[in-house]
Amino acid sequence: MSELTKMTIAAARDALGKGEVTSLELTEACLTAIDGADALGAFVHKTPDLAREMAAAADARIKAGEADKLTGIPLGIKDLFCTKGVPSQAASRILEGFRPEYESTVSQKLFDAGAVMLGKLNMDEFAMGSSNETSVYGNAVNPWRVNGQDLTPGGSSGGSAAAVAADLCLGATGTDTGGSIRQPAAFTGITGLKPTYGRCSRWGIVAFASSLDQAGPMAKDVRDCAIMLEAMCGHDPKDSTSADLEVPDFEAMLTGDIRGKTIGIPREYRMDGMPAEIEALWAEGRKMLQDAGAKIVDISLPHTKYALPTYYVIAPAEASSNLARYDGVRFGHRAKLSQGDGITEMYEKTRAEGFGPEVQRRVMIGTYVLSAGFYDAYYNRARKVRTLIKRDFEDAFAQGVDAILTPATPSAAFPLGQSDDADPVAMYLNDVFTVTVNLAGLPGIAVPAGQDGQGLPLGLQLIGRPWEEGDLLNTAYALERAAGFVGKPEKWW
Amino acid sequence: MSIDEKTAAHVAKLARIRVDDARLPELAQEFNTILGFIEQLSEVDVEGVEPMVSVEPMRLKRRADLVTDGNQQAKVLSNAPDAREGFFAVPKVVE
Repeated sequence: MSELTKMTIAAARDALGKGEVTSLELTEACLTAIDGADALGAFVHKTPDLAREMAAAADARIKAGEADKLTGIPLGIKDLFCTKGVPSQAASRILEGFRPEYESTVSQKLFDAGAVMLGKLNMDEFAMGSSNETSVYGNAVNPWRVNGQDLTPGGSSGGSAAAVAADLCLGATGTDTGGSIRQPAAFTGITGLKPTYGRCSRWGIVAFASSLDQAGPMAKDVRDCAIMLEAMCGHDPKDSTSADLEVPDFEAMLTGDIRGKTIGIPREYRMDGMPAEIEALWAEGRKMLQDAGAKIVDISLPHTKYALPTYYVIAPAEASSNLARYDGVRFGHRAKLSQGDGITEMYEKTRAEGFGPEVQRRVMIGTYVLSAGFYDAYYNRARKVRTLIKRDFEDAFAQGVDAILTPATPSAAFPLGQSDDADPVAMYLNDVFTVTVNLAGLPGIAVPAGQDGQGLPLGLQLIGRPWEEGDLLNTAYALERAAGFVGKPEKWW
Repeated sequence: MSIDEKTAAHVAKLARIRVDDARLPELAQEFNTILGFIEQLSEVDVEGVEPMVSVEPMRLKRRADLVTDGNQQAKVLSNAPDAREGFFAVPKVVE
């Protein structure tokens, strides 16, 4: 049975179409794998009954010859997505017990395309973190290990990454505000795509930083990301920032032919103290794309070093506003009040009990940078620097660059618990290569491309032009084929 | 720019998050670390640069100003920690 869960979405789709396997069989195999993998902390709300019901409906649809793109494919959904009648709490205590009365647009689109939901996946609280250690459910654990030591799967979409890497599901949804799809994908040897801002509707996804958040697919390879993305995106009248653009057939664009494409290598991404293995992988990636017929050019993105500080003004500012809704009135947790407590005490106690330390820290930083007297010095300045960061990319694209190649992360997966005493800024550095992409609203994809000396997976990132995910996926496909990464974690859980 | 305990307490108040007095020195220290990191932005020449409003220069879609939904009181209240007689219940706000 476990062989079934190892299938790619494309392979499962073909097998389902030929009647070689049923969705119910695939789904049962995944449910068994999930029940045997509690040590990974990936699935935090399991929905086996719903999964079987959806699988049976999918089998009926296939039998009737009405299969859609994802009919019968079992997926995991990040806890940030509101799923009707199923706990959706953004890994936060403050949303304890919350069962939405509605379905997020992205999950609804996946289900409309026939996908089966296996359950909800672990993440950092409100998607704030890079190691999945801020979750109210406890840590998600990387299926990859070194000497029996538990490693982080990355964050914030750590549960999604662990579940896909451990073959608990065929694919998963993630969200990416500063690297939360691409960094965990790189840490677990899977593929993850953050689309152009506006490609996927944000409606029904718990908001962190609205100008940066995007949902995207996390899957076993580039083709599966293309299949999932097509089902996830498209205009939604319920999100005024979702783009009213035609959704191309992304899978059909995967030819692997990148001859004549121009790939930029940004010199500012060569950082002091970068591990030699990352540097070497980057050089190999450059050579792979060159061998595939692409033209490689060195480019400059001069404001790169200011991306993280810009992000740590804008994201907390937007978060402090978005998270104001958690007040203990309409949903989730409300603190027990003492005699004489009024409404202010109710807000303050509820939010102190409901938010974890990292969320509290970011809400307060956001409050500070937006407060009277500091708005111009911090928030407006950061928005201006953001304009400059985006302009750097526009200049590169104007010079004819089709895609930009960078490392996905500054290191391989690190041990859980390492960050306990570290200062918060050290953790923020995880997103150094990914955060620029969110600030500029561009599509970016992490592709597994090699392993470090300890055998841990390492990823490369490709950044594309806005709205050209199809072209970006094709370049990633060429890189995937050249890298030939087939590593799998040895099962210990 | 350095944040003292008084400022930290004020920010916590504005954010409506209760922070014990004993934790204020540590909180102020954390703020200073993060703000020290953010401080790098003051090196950048932003003269004449427009602050970004939206990454894609798009005009937000408009829809007809019509009622499209409603009459879902039970659903709206279904997740409330305290709902009574068709309303959200909160501690007394006015004397």
